[in-house]
Amino acid sequence: MKITRTFAAGALSLAALLTASTAFADCGIQGAGSVRILSNDFEALRIVNDVAASCATADITVTANATAEHKNIQGPALTVNPAEYTVAVVANNSIVPLLNDDLIRPLDDLVAKYGQSLQPNQLIKIDGKVMAIAFMGNGQHMFYRKDILEKAGVAVPTSTEEVLAAAQAIKDAGLMDYPLAASNKPGWDLAAEFVNLYLGTGDEFFAPGSAELAIDNDNGRKVLETMRAMTTFMNPDYLTYDANELNKLWDAGNVAIMNQWGSLAGAATDPAKANPEVAANTGFSAAPTIGGGTIPGAALWWDGFTIAKNISDADAEASFQAMVKGISPETVAANPNVATWLVAGYEPGPTAVGVIGNANGGARAYPMQPYMGLLHTALSAELADFIAGKEEADQALADVKAAYDAAAKEGGFLK
Amino acid sequence: MPHRTFFAFIFPSILAMVLFITLPIVSVVVQSLFVQHEAVLITVENCGPFGCENETRVDTAAMERLQAERPLGQFAGFSNYLNRNHLAFDEIAVILSDNDGLSDIAARIFNLPLYKALIFTLTFCFLVTPLAMALGFAIALAVNTLPSFWKGPVIFVSILPMIITPLIGSLILSWMFNPSGILGASLQSLTGDPTLSLRASPVLTWIVLLVYGVWTNGPFSFVVFYAGLQTVPQDTVESAKIDGASRWEVIHHVIIPHLAPLATFVALVQLMDNFRVFEPIVGFSAEANATSLSWLVFNDLVGQDSQLFGSAAATSVITIVGVLILLAPVLRRTWREFNQKVV
Repeated sequence: MKITRTFAAGALSLAALLTASTAFADCGIQGAGSVRILSNDFEALRIVNDVAASCATADITVTANATAEHKNIQGPALTVNPAEYTVAVVANNSIVPLLNDDLIRPLDDLVAKYGQSLQPNQLIKIDGKVMAIAFMGNGQHMFYRKDILEKAGVAVPTSTEEVLAAAQAIKDAGLMDYPLAASNKPGWDLAAEFVNLYLGTGDEFFAPGSAELAIDNDNGRKVLETMRAMTTFMNPDYLTYDANELNKLWDAGNVAIMNQWGSLAGAATDPAKANPEVAANTGFSAAPTIGGGTIPGAALWWDGFTIAKNISDADAEASFQAMVKGISPETVAANPNVATWLVAGYEPGPTAVGVIGNANGGARAYPMQPYMGLLHTALSAELADFIAGKEEADQALADVKAAYDAAAKEGGFLK
Repeated sequence: MPHRTFFAFIFPSILAMVLFITLPIVSVVVQSLFVQHEAVLITVENCGPFGCENETRVDTAAMERLQAERPLGQFAGFSNYLNRNHLAFDEIAVILSDNDGLSDIAARIFNLPLYKALIFTLTFCFLVTPLAMALGFAIALAVNTLPSFWKGPVIFVSILPMIITPLIGSLILSWMFNPSGILGASLQSLTGDPTLSLRASPVLTWIVLLVYGVWTNGPFSFVVFYAGLQTVPQDTVESAKIDGASRWEVIHHVIIPHLAPLATFVALVQLMDNFRVFEPIVGFSAEANATSLSWLVFNDLVGQDSQLFGSAAATSVITIVGVLILLAPVLRRTWREFNQKVV
């Protein structure tokens, strides 16, 4: 399902005019050129795109394509010369293929020239060179129902062990049959659940400095056992739920505790869209820890923009300026609740509690190793049997390793 | 017709077939024989909003030189076909030499991705094809007896499943089978089991996918068989009736033999189609319990952070070989019939 929103160059769409108040009308972009943005499709990014699109003038054309398929499009689109898009909005994981194939340009000179409003922690530096500008943090964290926890007489859980105990208490009290939910659909979501909890153990995925997989250990087994223990408190259809489906279950009042994306917290409590009864009782906190550790079991993510390599310098300058405008403190001040912004002047609101809690608790960033994507793919297909209860943890870890090794050999990372 | 004229007529379609069928298949075969260059890795310091860390990177300058020298990557022979994610001969040899009996062999072989996908693909193929043909034939017989006023509307309704895009059709059924959907909820109240979910267990998921397959493939058989029914010689049917044949005997001894060549054609097309089963798996979110060869190709290429072109190409070639094997008996029969006619 592709949701594509393209803004015609000259004629600004009504939506762009509505979000971008008149204060943004003149972006003061120097030079002339074409700005073509490719991004994922969620509310915060659409707002950034809209503000950037409002910078269009007689000399500057701006188009934006916000689509969930962005990861599949970006590689081929930036390989051609001139590139189909001048800006690729990426996250920790989707920047890796662009770096691997050398498709984005260093931004140091552009930052020096036009980046006065950026903060030092927004600069993503790879080997000393700025390769991306981050503007929001994201991550999966705990959503809980205050009323249900209160009725069951349990405190807000902070570890997976407490989550399981709380789920048992809720079930025993007859409040809900299936108090837990997780995005366990085989594919990207299921693999992300494993990666989150494994990061929480503090262990490494790979042997240092190599592509050799290292998850076949007690921490790996602990993560799998925890994931399976949780499924006993989930709706029998748990293998078919992805993150978007989870929000619907939440809104229907069917779930008491779940780990869900911070970028969807705003939608879950939005008085205009959400079920008022559920929204009023929805609380957020950091992701639970695992195995007695102190690290929240969730990856930290940043979303940021990159500038394509295969474009003219004029287009690159125009694109950089338009995107800096898109993520400016003014944009953030006008839309404080849609994301956990990393931009100057942002005051975290109630929906940012979870992501900030993860960061303060010492959660780790999603790994950026070039072969992490291959591991994610192997996890996405090979954990299905385990989570469905058809095989044991040892077998599942062995399968993941075998699938990863075959893929890493094909990818040139292992001999 | 002189050969020259014949050639002039046939040339445009040969050209189109070479361009749009042969060349892409050749390119896929070539792709499947290569793996990517050995990655040149360096460790660099990465800094972001959450601090700095030393992580490995691909040395893009070194990779670019390798890529320029040999754009296709490293030649790997059949290693893409033989590795664990495809035919997995080494793993199977290990399983066969060291196991706890037949059920252990089966369980471990069907734990390998290609064989797991193959078993569902073949089950789907061999159950859906005959069942859908039987359903289509039954509908065709029924529609043929309707008064002509009703035929138009009934035909239209009968071919609806074929008109709906497969992905949309499977999504619609998937939502109906959801525990809060009309079919799922009805089944729960009929069986009195509030936890019954057709998407939760492998067996029920397979059944739902097979039912979907019959539903969506039935109309094609119906259309072809209905057209065939219009060509059944009426005098043979009438003389059979005069001889005292019942309706069933007429169908068995007159209609079915008459439609047999047509059935071969339908079976051919349906087997080929069903071997490429894909949309219902995505539409029903059934990846946990059922995968197919086409789904493996999709999983290698889409929705992940990095794409495995060699692996996807190898699976595609295996799919093509599979289709050829499936069609071989039917093709041989057609060829024999053709030769008999010539003689």
